[in-house]
Amino acid sequence: MESLMQDLKGKIIGQLNLQHLSPEQIGDDDPLFVDGLGLDSIDALELIVMLQQHYGIKIANPEEGPKIFRSVRSIAEYVTAHQKVG
Amino acid sequence: MNYITSWCRIRQNVVTANGQTVFEDPASALSGFLVNAYRHLQIDYPKFYKMDRLCQLGFLAAEVLLQGRILKEEYPPEAVAVVLANRHSSLDTDARYQESMNGIPSPALFVYTLPNIVIGEICIRHQLKGENTFFVSEQYDIAFLNDYTGQLLEQGAARAVISGWADVFQEQYEAFLYLAGQKQTPGSVIHNRQNVSALYGIVDAGS
Repeated sequence: MESLMQDLKGKIIGQLNLQHLSPEQIGDDDPLFVDGLGLDSIDALELIVMLQQHYGIKIANPEEGPKIFRSVRSIAEYVTAHQKVG
Repeated sequence: MNYITSWCRIRQNVVTANGQTVFEDPASALSGFLVNAYRHLQIDYPKFYKMDRLCQLGFLAAEVLLQGRILKEEYPPEAVAVVLANRHSSLDTDARYQESMNGIPSPALFVYTLPNIVIGEICIRHQLKGENTFFVSEQYDIAFLNDYTGQLLEQGAARAVISGWADVFQEQYEAFLYLAGQKQTPGSVIHNRQNVSALYGIVDAGS
């Protein structure tokens, strides 16, 4: 899980052009939207693209979005639960 | 009578404000140059990194143009217009977006596939709410844009206008913005076609 969260932080920075941040500045449980990193609705779409591109995961139910993208840890938990092995 | 109180030009890896060089970075390609200029100017606006290159260029030019002044304290936000033009519209980003369609298209790129988004970014940053218009023309048509800008001011549709040119395609780029308004400041010149041409030309001759 720790390794996946580190990986996710790097990918989030790259995908969302957050060049002013380093992975160390993103806490595992920091909120990603509003008060946390301040991501917006376009960023949410980019995160969906990121999961599909890098982890082969499609989010079938958009209503799950806020729960999945609450923090780096919640994304990692979703990836771990849904990524196909092999 | 209306006055040009400041102007900015960015081209050939040099940023000038009112004819004075404020940053140069001759070795970098465009993308690196824009980010290096942003850092050099010590601007704190992380959304800059998310913008496409046309927006980054226009945003930087507006930052330099308005450096040291808070426009909304000089004019009501609804009275400040932005009128820009360029040659390549949003083609630089359109091409990148088309490339991204080979895989999963990028929503963040898609939102920049219109040229007038640069006006939106400038207005958000400086909280401007006046009229805005973006023209696409082969060259910077000073006569036309000067007339359009002048009419906005003379007819009372705006009390100040950020006017000019912001164009990016691949490694070709140029921005020239000026602020014209009702208020005269030290060093300002009368807003007319001859003076706009001269400011554009004076900077040109020095670069």
